[in-house]
Amino acid sequence: MDTNDSLRVASLWHSMHAISQQLSPTTGCSEIELLEANTFDLHCFQSLTGSKFFVVCKLGTQHMEALLKVVYELYTDYVLKNPFYEMKMPIRCEVFDINLTQTVQKDRVALLGR
Amino acid sequence: MIGVGKIKQYSNILEKPLSKGKQEVSLSAFAFLFSELVQYNQTRVDNIAELGRRLEDAGYAVGARVLELLCHRDKGNRRETRLLGILSFVHSTVWKVLFGKVADSLEKGTEHEDEYMISEKDLLVNKYISIPKDMGTFNCGAFVAGIVRGVLDGAGFPAVVTAHFVPMEGLQRPRTTILIKFAEEVLQREARLG
Repeated sequence: MDTNDSLRVASLWHSMHAISQQLSPTTGCSEIELLEANTFDLHCFQSLTGSKFFVVCKLGTQHMEALLKVVYELYTDYVLKNPFYEMKMPIRCEVFDINLTQTVQKDRVALLGR
Repeated sequence: MIGVGKIKQYSNILEKPLSKGKQEVSLSAFAFLFSELVQYNQTRVDNIAELGRRLEDAGYAVGARVLELLCHRDKGNRRETRLLGILSFVHSTVWKVLFGKVADSLEKGTEHEDEYMISEKDLLVNKYISIPKDMGTFNCGAFVAGIVRGVLDGAGFPAVVTAHFVPMEGLQRPRTTILIKFAEEVLQREARLG
């Protein structure tokens, strides 16, 4: 997936997220946490500031919320403390990418081990 | 009353003992402050070299003050006169006070007599910073290079100090090396002292 596709998916998701808040039959709905489709799951995490992190994974993958929280921590560390990152632009931080792949690898190994 | 102590009041601030102060500062707070320092300078310069120079100048001010403080606090008002002495002072004491650990290594340059290198696998100021590709060889470690230059200058060892990235196999991020090139007079004085 290249940058344009990612941006498209992200903006689609952002709109759906906002609409879901209006659509909910019960009061007090703040976000979509999980979207279950035929072939994939989509977990979403919204921070207190309104930034949304979502991960698309295989059906039935466990512990994605914990992964999202770790990604959020990495984001606050390696992106927000980077003086060369402009807010709201696509993230092109090397250190962030390195740590992100490391976390996903570790998670995958841990999952296979269980 | 039990438990009420009387704090000794000093009439003159100069008579107060120099305390060690709080040993630890929040890393996140420093990271944000340093990031803002870099961004502030970035908007006021025309090219990368100028940005490096400004960071170095900021570090120079820190280095001069750190030298005075450490000489008084840790070394009992004695000053170093030998080259190796001042280098090991920077490598251990200064690094310990600033970054909480001694520097990874101190090496003598092989090509030139007047070059020494202090290396660090993961420089604290660079911990959260990724340099974009179009900035080439710029290193925010220029701030630390400035600190070292301030310490050396204040101690009477004028030198040119720069920070470089050295890629290492087996490490994902390159190592940072602070290259110290001493002035001619320092080497001559060192040779005279024997």
